[in-house]
Amino acid sequence: MASLFALANPKRFMDLSAALLPWLAAAAALCLAAGLILGFLAPPDYQQGDTVKLMFLHVPAAWTAMMAYGVLAAASFVGLVWRHPLADVAAKSAAPLGAVFTVLGLVTGSLWGRPMWGAWWVWDARLTSFLLLLFLYLGYIALWNAIEDELRAARAAAILGLVGAVLLPIIEYSVNWQTLHQGESIFRAGGPTIAGVFLWPLGFSALGYSLLFFTLWTVRIRTEILERRLRAVLLMGAA
Amino acid sequence: MIRALLLRDIQLATRAGGSAALALAFFAAVATLVPLGVGADLKLLARIAAGVLWVAAVLAALLSLDRLFQADFEDGSLDLIALSPLSMETVSATKIAAHWLTTGLPLTVLSPLLGLMFGLPPEAYLILALSLLIGTPAVSALGAIGAGLTLSIRRGGLILPLLVLPLLAPAVIFGAGAVQATLDGISNGALLLLGAFSLAAVVLSPFAAAAAVRLNLAG
Repeated sequence: MASLFALANPKRFMDLSAALLPWLAAAAALCLAAGLILGFLAPPDYQQGDTVKLMFLHVPAAWTAMMAYGVLAAASFVGLVWRHPLADVAAKSAAPLGAVFTVLGLVTGSLWGRPMWGAWWVWDARLTSFLLLLFLYLGYIALWNAIEDELRAARAAAILGLVGAVLLPIIEYSVNWQTLHQGESIFRAGGPTIAGVFLWPLGFSALGYSLLFFTLWTVRIRTEILERRLRAVLLMGAA
Repeated sequence: MIRALLLRDIQLATRAGGSAALALAFFAAVATLVPLGVGADLKLLARIAAGVLWVAAVLAALLSLDRLFQADFEDGSLDLIALSPLSMETVSATKIAAHWLTTGLPLTVLSPLLGLMFGLPPEAYLILALSLLIGTPAVSALGAIGAGLTLSIRRGGLILPLLVLPLLAPAVIFGAGAVQATLDGISNGALLLLGAFSLAAVVLSPFAAAAAVRLNLAG
């Protein structure tokens, strides 16, 4: 916790993130490359053929999109409770990334669904709850943009982020309740039921996506901080 | 004091220029457009009635939600209410109650008639009305959070639906699901789930709405 509070100092955050960023980016690139290469080398699935390889792009995108909302909610909570501007910036920066990963998950899912289900879109539980997740992200971003006062926008967005975090599991549950869905095949008691030859590329790909998210997130936070500094300097010049 | 605020909000909503009658008219108008769009096949209409009427009810309730706090905010009465001994949480809960009494309740009362026009059998439109009775408080409650958040935005009415509609998915799913189950002659516990969702929303929303209103009043 102490290190977390040390990070809350923007100056220290800028120094540390500048040193960390190249490593983070390199690790992301390596993991993504490993995931892609292993994914292409993986044999075709006995049922799904070569389209199973879309899994290495699709599933990690979906995971990352959900993780991004978790990050957003956590940052919102910290911002709301400890009133720290860096947490506000962190939450704000996570939202567009989460939205993009959600879109990526939806698009790759749709591409996968065409050969598998014979339709670009089915009202399956996962797809539907992801569409709702996308709307949550869009609403969050729209609220940030609509309120001019930065502090007020941060507070309002944080409340919305937390309300969304409370309701997301319920939304997910209700959508699942409505439609039949396929069971978990990876995180389940008794170990994964997915073959190792698919699990490795999936693991690398998931790690790569997550690292990519954290890389881009750090870049966005840094950009936002620099932008705010620039605005402050310009305001001082104008006064 | 709670009673005074409640009566005042109900009077504002029901007198000339108020939102209660408008919401009802909107609900009926949307429900009328659907058979014109999909055709007059009563069998098909009975299948989709629950979903259509639930969506129409949610939209009708949303119509007046953006003014829930904003009207009082603009003419300054919200500042006076904030100065009163009532906590903002109580104020939010009271306003949610007033909104439900002037939109959710009338919509519920009107719904069997529309259900009848959509070809629903009696047991199904009674369940429809029951599901609206149970579920519409959640619409008012969660909507109040959106209303509080968009309080200071000049065109908040445009952004409010985007914030609130995804959150209302469970209400629509369970509400319409209960009617669907009745049509299919099965019991799936949708009304119980709807009740749980609605209770949780009504209990927790005033706190979030109050926090949203407070941050817009400060400074």
